[in-house]
Amino acid sequence: MDRVRRLGAATLAQVAEIGEVIRFGGRILGATTRPPSRWRFFLAAVYDAGVLSAALIAASAITVGFVLGLQLYNTLTRFGAEDSLGTAVGLSLIRELGPVLTGLLVTGRAGSAITAEIGAMRTSQQLDGLRMMAIDPIHFIVMPRATALAFVMPLLSAIFVVLGIFGAYLIGVQLLGLDSGSYLAGLETAVEFRADVLQSLVKSLVFGLLLGLIATWRGYSCEPHSAGVSRATTSTVVTASICILLADYLLTALWSV
Amino acid sequence: MQSTANRDLLVGLFVLLGLGLIAYLSLQVGGLSVRDSGGFILYATFDDIGGLSPRSSVRIGGVRVGRVEAIGLDADLRARVQLDLDRELELPVDSAAAVRTSGLLGDQFIALEPGAEEELLVSGEEFAFTESAVNLDKLIGSVVHGDGLGGGD
Repeated sequence: MDRVRRLGAATLAQVAEIGEVIRFGGRILGATTRPPSRWRFFLAAVYDAGVLSAALIAASAITVGFVLGLQLYNTLTRFGAEDSLGTAVGLSLIRELGPVLTGLLVTGRAGSAITAEIGAMRTSQQLDGLRMMAIDPIHFIVMPRATALAFVMPLLSAIFVVLGIFGAYLIGVQLLGLDSGSYLAGLETAVEFRADVLQSLVKSLVFGLLLGLIATWRGYSCEPHSAGVSRATTSTVVTASICILLADYLLTALWSV
Repeated sequence: MQSTANRDLLVGLFVLLGLGLIAYLSLQVGGLSVRDSGGFILYATFDDIGGLSPRSSVRIGGVRVGRVEAIGLDADLRARVQLDLDRELELPVDSAAAVRTSGLLGDQFIALEPGAEEELLVSGEEFAFTESAVNLDKLIGSVVHGDGLGGGD
């Protein structure tokens, strides 16, 4: 009986938190239209989450491109279909690997940092200080960071995709001696705007929105002590990664309907 | 102040780079066309289009001149293919369309053979002469059953 009661309590707590998160998202959304625009804070957050992540994204993308080039080349040669390398690399990067890996990398690089920052502000009662000065911390702190994450994600994902294609090009064409024309032609014939590129952009935008919401919420709601901040940061990475992978599956399934 | 200006510059460069790459992916790789070279629509009816699919290319002598826009069945249950070709293309009325394969197992495409008439096809018209896809299964079947190559069905 006690177990059942605990299960019920845990379920209620989960549902209550989901409700809280949705209300929190609504408040962020409301804050975006309210003046002042907090434009400078948004730019600073874009710099932290976007510009400073670009090197990591670029390095990962080139490496992933190298690996894709080698692996797919080895598989495709067995069927004598190495001319399809461009097609295979392009489709897998644009549809899946680009948005998903970018989402996971940005979660680890920028999402966790934002949670820790907001969590530390909460722990040191800076958020309460803002409230005392009649400044809404959601408007002042949370909104610029959440919107910045959603804004930089498609941009970083595009960098990832193009550099990944370039990395596979280096391996396939420069190293393994494929024909550069057939690599690019295969890429350009197979990739469609609506089915592939738009899907990629929508996915990365959704991942950015999810990460922005989760990272700021975990920081905003963390237990106000150092263990709480560390727990919140871990939980951002775990929750956001799982949400991104689930959302990826859902979007892929819905897109092909 | 200097560092803020530098930061803003980097943010600006980052945004430009990202938007540029999105544009490259959409326009060049994704084939989204702004200048819209197509718009010359022709129809061709085939008995068998094999593995032809929308967005397959249309070529004359190997040069790409358009793409397959849509595939459907006509009233007689034959495959009717809508082609979107370059507007500047001047095709005589007795031109022919054939479903071909690049290589043995490559992509299928439509090859156009320009005719010799003076009169030109206009948008919305239909090819008078078409040639269906070579069906590899049928071909192998006819060899195995001894009908001879190209013995028909």
